[in-house]
Amino acid sequence: MTEPTTQAGTPAPRRKDERPDRGNVTRLGDRKKARLEELAQASAGKGGVSLLRDALRRLRRNPAAIVGATIIALFVLVAIFAPLIAPHDPVQRFDELTSRLSADTIPGPSDGFPLGSDELGRDLLSRLIYGSRQTLFVGVFATLIGLAIGVLLGAIAGAFGGWVDNILMRVTDVMLALPALLLAITLVALASRSSQWTVILAVAIVNVPVFARLLRGSMLAQRESDHVLAARALGVKKRSIVLRHMLPNAMTAVIVQATLTLSVAIIEAASLSFLGLGDPDRDRAEWGAMLGDAGVRYFEVRPELAYYPALAIIVVALGFTLLGEAMREALDPKNRR
Amino acid sequence: MLRVIVRRLLQLVVTLIALSALIFIWLRNLPGGPVDALLGERATPETRALLTKALGYDQPIYVQYGKFMQRILTGDFGNSIRTGDPVIEVIGRAFPATFELALAAMIIAVGLGIPLGYLAARWRGRALDHLTVVGTLLGISIPIFFLGYLLKDVFTQNIHWFPPSGRVGIGLDNTNVTGFFVLDGLLTREFDAAADALWHLILPALTLATIPLAVIVRMTRASVLDVLNEDYVRTAEAKGLRHRTIRGRHILRNALLPVVTTIGLQTGALLSGAVLTEKVYNWGGLGTLITDSITGSRDYPVLQALILLAALVFVVVNLLVDLSYAFIDPRVRVR
Repeated sequence: MTEPTTQAGTPAPRRKDERPDRGNVTRLGDRKKARLEELAQASAGKGGVSLLRDALRRLRRNPAAIVGATIIALFVLVAIFAPLIAPHDPVQRFDELTSRLSADTIPGPSDGFPLGSDELGRDLLSRLIYGSRQTLFVGVFATLIGLAIGVLLGAIAGAFGGWVDNILMRVTDVMLALPALLLAITLVALASRSSQWTVILAVAIVNVPVFARLLRGSMLAQRESDHVLAARALGVKKRSIVLRHMLPNAMTAVIVQATLTLSVAIIEAASLSFLGLGDPDRDRAEWGAMLGDAGVRYFEVRPELAYYPALAIIVVALGFTLLGEAMREALDPKNRR
Repeated sequence: MLRVIVRRLLQLVVTLIALSALIFIWLRNLPGGPVDALLGERATPETRALLTKALGYDQPIYVQYGKFMQRILTGDFGNSIRTGDPVIEVIGRAFPATFELALAAMIIAVGLGIPLGYLAARWRGRALDHLTVVGTLLGISIPIFFLGYLLKDVFTQNIHWFPPSGRVGIGLDNTNVTGFFVLDGLLTREFDAAADALWHLILPALTLATIPLAVIVRMTRASVLDVLNEDYVRTAEAKGLRHRTIRGRHILRNALLPVVTTIGLQTGALLSGAVLTEKVYNWGGLGTLITDSITGSRDYPVLQALILLAALVFVVVNLLVDLSYAFIDPRVRVR
C-alpha cells in the first residue's frame, strides 16, 4: 500500500489501547464507574474489528482505491527513479533539436527523442519524467504546509474554545471570504517576485482555513464525547487529553482531506503558471508550469507540449481524488457492516 | 429572522473591513510598488518623491487607510494607475462581461447538473450512472484553462462551430445599453447581435461551468441516493402516489438542501474560474482586469477594489444561500 493509507492507520488503534484503565476507577462515583467499564468492554471485548482495520479491509476491496493507490505509487516511483528512467538530461538543449526550431515548428518525435522537443530544444520525455519530481514536490509541500498551519490553528481553536476559538475562526472567515484561486493570485501578487516558493506558499495558505475548520469541528464534537469525558474523569492532564485523545481521532479526517488537497494543489499551481504568476525558472521541469506556460503558448504550433503534461496532471489528480474519496467512504462509520 | 439577518450582515461587514485593511496594508508595503511601475527604474529621486506625494503614499499608513475607507463609503475607489480612469468606471465597464459569463455558466451547471445527478442516482449502477461518475471525476481533475484550449481547438479550428474568442463578432454593430450583450441585442431588437453574442458565449460558459457542473452532479447524486433510502419515500411509493409527486415533493425537495449550499459555494469556483476562462477566450471582463492589474503594472487601486468586490459577492451569495434554507426547508431555523 502507499504511504497515505498506512498513515491514516496509525493514530486510531493507539487510542483504543489507552481507553480507561480499570485500576483507577475505584474512587469514582458508581454511575461513572459503570459507564467506564461499559466503555472499556466495548473497546476491548467481543473480538470486534476496529474501525480502522475495517476501513482498510473495505479499502482493499474497493477498485477505485486500488486504482488511485496504484497511480500514486507509480507517480512516486517515477519521481524517485527519474534519473534512471529519463533518457536525457532535462535541462540540456540539444543542437539537433534547436537547429530545427523556428517560429512555427517545434520538432516532433525523432531518433532518441521519443516525444520530440520542447520549445527550447530540450527532450520532452525527459522533462516529463523529471517533472514528476517537481510536481510531487510542489503538491506535497503546498499540502503539508497548509496542513501544518491549519492543524495548529484548528487544534488551538478546538482545544481552548471560547474567545480563542472565536478570534481564530474570524481569521479563517477572512481567508474564506475570497475564493481559492483568487486568494492564491492575491498572495502571489503580493510577493515582490514570484518563485517556486511563492507558488507553494500561496497554495498552502489557501488550504489553511480548510484544515483549521475541519480539525476544529472534529475537536469541538469530541469535547463532550464519552472517551474525552472518561479521560477527564480519570484526571488525565488537559494537554494529553488534547494531544493523545482528541487529536489522533481528528487526524483521519485531516489525512483524507490532505489526499484530496494534493490534487487541487497540483492543479492550482498549474493555474498560477497559466496566469503568469508561476515559477519563473524555465530550467525547472514541473508539469503545471510546462502546461500553463509553454504548453498553451505554443498550443497552435505543437499542442503535444500541452497534451502530455495535462494528461500527467489529470491522471495524478485523479489518483489522489480516487484514493481520497475511497478513504473517506471507508472511514465513514455509516458504511460499516 | 430579521435579527439573524442583521447579525449576519454585521459579521459580513466586519469580515470585509478586516480584509480591506489587510490588503491595503500589505499592498502598500511592497517593493516594486506603483510609483516604480509608473516611472520606471531610471526616474530621478525628485520625480519619485513628487509622485509619491501626489498619490498620497508619503503619509502614514493609517491615515492612508482612513482616507481610503472614507472615500470607499462615498463610492470613490480612486483612479486606476494604468489608465487614470476612476476605478469604479473601470470595474463597471468590465463587470457585465463577467456577470454574463458567470450567469450562463451557472445556468448550464444547475440546469444540467441537477437532472443528471438525479437520473444517475435513480438509475444507480447503470450505464448513465457510471458515465456521470467518471465524467465528474474527470471534470474536477482537469485544469479548466487546458479544457478551454482543447474546446477552442476542436470547435473553432477543426470544426468551425463557434468563434474562437471575444464577446462579439468583428464588424457587428451592436448597441451597448446594459453591457450584457445578449440582453442588449434583445432590448434593441437587434436579434442578429443577440444571437452572435450568445454564440460567443457558449464555449467560455461551458468551460467555466465544468467544475460547478461536476460538483453539483456529484452532490445531487449523493443527496438523492440518501433520500431514496428514506422510509417516507417507500411509504409514498406504497401509497401509490404518482411518480411525479414523489419526485417533486418527497425526493427533490429533501435532497436539494445540500445541493443549494453547494451552489452557493460554487460561486467561488466561478469567480476563480472566470480569471482563467477569460484569459483563454480573451473575454475582457473582471478576470482579465485582475490578471492585467497584477502582471502588467501593479494597479493597486483596481486590484484592491476587485478583491473586495469578489469577497463581497462570494460572502453575500453564501449568506443568501444560508437564509434560503429557511424557505426551502421549514424545519431549518437559521441561527
